[in-house]
Amino acid sequence: MPLQPDRPALPSDDKRWKLVNSTMRRHGYAGHALIETLHSVQGAFGYLDEPSLRFVAASLDVPLSKVYGVATFYHLFMLKPKGRHACVVCTGTACYIKGASGLIEAVQRRLGVSPSQTTADNRLSMLTARCVGACGLAPAVVLDGNMLGKQAPQDLLARIEELP
Amino acid sequence: MNLDDLAELAQGYRDEEAACTHELRVCMAASCQSSGAMPVFEALTAAANGAPAAGCKVKGVGCMGLCSAGPLVAVARPGDDLAASVLYRDVQVDDAAAIVAGADGAPVERLRCRTDQPFFARQQRIVLENSGVIDPDSLRGYVAAGGYAALVRALSEMRPAEVVQELVASGLRGRGGGGYPTGLKWSTVAKMPDAQKYVICNADEGDPGAFMDRAVLESDPHRVLEGMAIAAYAVGANKGYVYVRAEYPLAVERLTGAIRQATRAGFLGARVAETQFAFEVEIRLGAGAFVCGEETALMASIEGLRGQPRPRPPYPAEHGLWGHPTLINNVETFANVPPIITRGGRWFASIGTEKSKGTKVFALAGTIANTGLIEVPMGTTLRDIIEVIGGGVPGGKAVKAVQTGGPSGGCVPAEHLDNPVDYDSLKSLGTIMGSGGMIVMDETSDMVDVARYFMEFCMSESCGKCVPCRAGTAQMHGLLDRIARGHGTRADLALLENLCEVVQATSLCGLGQTAPTPVLSTLRYFRHEYERKLAEPSFAPGRGAGAA
Repeated sequence: MPLQPDRPALPSDDKRWKLVNSTMRRHGYAGHALIETLHSVQGAFGYLDEPSLRFVAASLDVPLSKVYGVATFYHLFMLKPKGRHACVVCTGTACYIKGASGLIEAVQRRLGVSPSQTTADNRLSMLTARCVGACGLAPAVVLDGNMLGKQAPQDLLARIEELP
Repeated sequence: MNLDDLAELAQGYRDEEAACTHELRVCMAASCQSSGAMPVFEALTAAANGAPAAGCKVKGVGCMGLCSAGPLVAVARPGDDLAASVLYRDVQVDDAAAIVAGADGAPVERLRCRTDQPFFARQQRIVLENSGVIDPDSLRGYVAAGGYAALVRALSEMRPAEVVQELVASGLRGRGGGGYPTGLKWSTVAKMPDAQKYVICNADEGDPGAFMDRAVLESDPHRVLEGMAIAAYAVGANKGYVYVRAEYPLAVERLTGAIRQATRAGFLGARVAETQFAFEVEIRLGAGAFVCGEETALMASIEGLRGQPRPRPPYPAEHGLWGHPTLINNVETFANVPPIITRGGRWFASIGTEKSKGTKVFALAGTIANTGLIEVPMGTTLRDIIEVIGGGVPGGKAVKAVQTGGPSGGCVPAEHLDNPVDYDSLKSLGTIMGSGGMIVMDETSDMVDVARYFMEFCMSESCGKCVPCRAGTAQMHGLLDRIARGHGTRADLALLENLCEVVQATSLCGLGQTAPTPVLSTLRYFRHEYERKLAEPSFAPGRGAGAA
């Protein structure tokens, strides 16, 4: 019978690590639970930093290089913290045809951030998505998890202004 | 459990539902929710509870199809389908009282959306039959509508080989885009001698402009699980995975709930429907990589690796997940399975064209009056879909082209709209069926720009494993960008055409092999726009003098 390898200690006593740990335990600390685990780290902390990648690698007994490879391969994983608000502009075909680039330009001009950048005051990150599947409502924007359909640049800027 | 037990259960659920005289069905799919369906649902619930004449029940349902008119509310008697209901469009919170009051009497005409208009009347709903009718969060609702009867029938009355035979007879072809005969795929996996086999549902709907699978998962998740369980029984698998995009949180939530309910009710788990057959389903989340829609990349991702494809053969049917035989089908393919088992493969084969059987769900988007989800028999012409069902381009503009198949597909120009939609005729037009996204472009669309858009997509989604795709898409994008900005030369165009051929012929997986398709198809039908860009750098179709 193989010995149970030692699991590393939690990086801090932050309760969110327990969520991450329970995801890994549910999958029996198997290496193939890597993506699920990274999802749970990002869900809990908002992004993946180096200590968390090291912790996941040690817990699942997967080389750090592989963990880093997976974390950088998938677009959804973020290695830098996001701003307090996230504005995701859909750039799917339908949104593209209906003016998604106009939305991006408007935000860029008003707030001075390009896609995948965060404003200097850390208030808002602008991101783009390949397609959020709301093609019937093109152009679509997901602002802090809320789907906004049929957006004109002024509408979107007004919604961003309203954010706390 | 046998069919009689299930029928009794279903009857019991139907009797419960029949306790109310009217159902107010509020579409709670993602699209209507973002138009404000949730407050409408709450307002209707409040209004129905306060109404003197009891008997109205407010029910959250899945997608009714006409996303552009959301939030949609249908008033129907229990058990009625969408066509037999009174449908309201663009419903606001303030309309709730009027709708409740009108449930028994005269409908509210100002909100009325007629269900006899071509958008609804010309559809034939098989995959979407429960969509917009049943509550996706309720196993009881699915059973009451005849759900899980196909699974119980297969388990209690059919041998696995007979199930495969029924699929072969149906002529069903993979709905993910490839069009590989489903029955053949099932029988290959069934013949493998391994004790461990897997069933995977590919719900990584990555094509921009496609939202069919999302709607099916959000509106009728149990149907997909039932299809997977039947497949597992037919091929001898005991474990299934649904690989779904993380960008679809609502679909993930409903599917998670459905798996829990079905396991508790005994339709999944250790003893499915009280037989010896065991089947367990787990969800795996994607993480935003388009290439993971390719089956070998998808399996790598389930294994926790980078989603990079590997050469085939060996095909997943022989050597799949963790080296075991694996059956991979798309969401819509699985959703077609229960009706095939219930009504028979021959019934299914009677719908559609000679080589493409059944119906197909399409997502209509772009510059078209009725954007949303439709299901039509294979062989319907593009003109019927765009102009009759879709209501044509708003503002009296002309259709210029229809893009099908996402970044792997091409553009069909207006003069070919009379072609029937099936796998083979679309192929002869230089595009593909794809998973079912249809983007309509009007005369202002710039086709070189469209080609550049898709190439940019393929370039950034290329996984980087093979050189033709990694370097080729970047080179082609550079050339297209030069041409689109008016700096291109004839030599650039020639090089672009040459590269298209090389990348198509030498890439490892479908992503690279089909990446040149949007370029080739726009070159085939709209070459004059490329030529014009070379001659007049400022040319843009539909704008200024160039429009003529």
